[in-house]
Amino acid sequence: MADKPGIAVHKFASCDGCQLTFLDMGDDLLALSRMVDIVHFVEAGPVNPEAEVDIAFVEGSISTPDDLQRIQSIREHSRFLVTIGACATAGGLQALRNFVDAGEWVSAIYAKPEYIHSLSTSTPIAAHVKVDLELWGCPVDRRQVLAAIRDLLSGVIPAFEQDKVCMECKREQAVCVMVTRGLPCMGPVTRTGCGALCPRFERDCYACFGPSENANAESLARRFEGLGLMPEAVARRFHFITSGAPPFTETGARRREQSDE
Amino acid sequence: METGFLPRAGLQTLLDTLLDAGYRCIGPQLRDGAIVYDALAHAEQLPRGARDHQAPGSYRIETTDSSRHFTWANGPQALKPFLFAPRETLWRAERRDDHTIHFVETLNTSTPLAVIGARACDLAALRLQDQHFLEGLNADPFYRARRKNLFIVAVHCSHPADTCFCASTGDGPRAEQGFDIALGELDDGYLVQSGSDHGAAIVAKLNLSSATEAQLNQVGKEIEAAAKSQTRNLPSRNLREALFANLSHPRWEQVAERCLSCGNCTSVCPTCFCHSERDDAALGGENSEHVREWDSCFTQGHSYIHGVTLRDDTHKRYRQWLTHKLGSWHDQYGRSGCVGCGRCIAWCPVGIDITEEAGAICAGERHD
Repeated sequence: MADKPGIAVHKFASCDGCQLTFLDMGDDLLALSRMVDIVHFVEAGPVNPEAEVDIAFVEGSISTPDDLQRIQSIREHSRFLVTIGACATAGGLQALRNFVDAGEWVSAIYAKPEYIHSLSTSTPIAAHVKVDLELWGCPVDRRQVLAAIRDLLSGVIPAFEQDKVCMECKREQAVCVMVTRGLPCMGPVTRTGCGALCPRFERDCYACFGPSENANAESLARRFEGLGLMPEAVARRFHFITSGAPPFTETGARRREQSDE
Repeated sequence: METGFLPRAGLQTLLDTLLDAGYRCIGPQLRDGAIVYDALAHAEQLPRGARDHQAPGSYRIETTDSSRHFTWANGPQALKPFLFAPRETLWRAERRDDHTIHFVETLNTSTPLAVIGARACDLAALRLQDQHFLEGLNADPFYRARRKNLFIVAVHCSHPADTCFCASTGDGPRAEQGFDIALGELDDGYLVQSGSDHGAAIVAKLNLSSATEAQLNQVGKEIEAAAKSQTRNLPSRNLREALFANLSHPRWEQVAERCLSCGNCTSVCPTCFCHSERDDAALGGENSEHVREWDSCFTQGHSYIHGVTLRDDTHKRYRQWLTHKLGSWHDQYGRSGCVGCGRCIAWCPVGIDITEEAGAICAGERHD
């Protein structure tokens, strides 16, 4: 066993959906377990957070004072650190608190707010330690996770998908929901990787894979206004699961300011 | 060649004849709010009375009470996806137990395919794709296998969309070349004309009566009206010089502010042929597939060379697209790469209009 590469899966502030992507790999999970030692993966059983590993997969965002310490330790014990999902890579849905007074929300929601020890922000892993590879999505795509493991363990630079969802949507020969139905689809500024899943089922992309390269968020925001969305509704398109990623942060904030005026 | 008349009910006979001859048939159908190609066995699957309302960034279908099947201009697809596949495996590499590597051919024998409803613009685009994929130094075997087995039933265009400008590029609306059978639609049926030996063999089985003078005139009149109704146009002259004389035109920056560099225009363009290739390896490295898929000059990877991205912003990418499509295409293929189908206008999420951009850049003072 000792000569097999070691893998760890860590959890921070998140819903566990990306970890489930591992458990949902089917036959590939069996192949993976033959290739590597899964030394830490609480949701699947093994617990050994301090073990030295070749690849540490990190789900979730940095959201508590304890997280700040724990991520440093994980980095020290890992050869490669790979973030999985929108929370670890952009702060996740919970990063919406970055735009407001988080303390006010805590006291409005919890009966005993003194028990809640949260930071006022939710931030991506890369804001705290060096990240070797970021896998986007809510949840991550199984194909991308497997490719990352394969590439990192083979000593090659992992393939990096950053084109727009539209490219994949057209390869799949799906019909554009924005052009035919006027839906505010985020596909033209969103990173591919999902196989254009939502548009293929006739709904508009909501940007769970975060911004693509060269994303023209401002132009798309103007187009959404042209489709009849009020500034607040446009802001919500950009401030959703990947609100912490530029340029979505800025474009959403500008529309929210307009809405508040 | 004589033109025959096929009553509307005979359309099913045409389909049956093609299916009997061993063709898989695909034809236009209404799906997800657009006209798309899908497997076709029954004439009733064809749209009936469908009109497409196309505008920059917008495509809507209205159903009228016309009994005709081809009262629309086009959908997002042309013939491109059926010949130049959006994604396919070019070869497979396998590692054997003795640690040798074997390359496995993935080129399958292609089954004969009949496409019903191609337009003149699609045929002009096909001619260009043939030039690119078949007539260069290295003909593409995947394209060739499918092309060899393609049977085309074209339909003259009588209902162009507002985004169409094939009359100005000289590519439509009448289907004049590259088809096996061409149909002209009338209220009660179709004028049928064969354009190849394969086409003539199918037509011979239809037992058609001869078209009357009045029927020929009616179809001719509708095609003529279709050309006249087009309001967009590209300057008919070769724009090569004008484009390359204006590489610093301020318009490039203006269009880049709107352009999403999403690649929708190049994906729906029936002549764009750019692709990328990559290897998809199995988890354990026991095999890998070499995959080719549609790429676009609007992606970062398209101009990435040895650590440098040559076209790192939208201004350069849009300029690359337009100067190639309407400019240097002349050097490569002896004509412009635009056939006037207007797809890039309708399917651009922000409605950028190639005729407007080309007009603005090529008119007036030079900005070189």
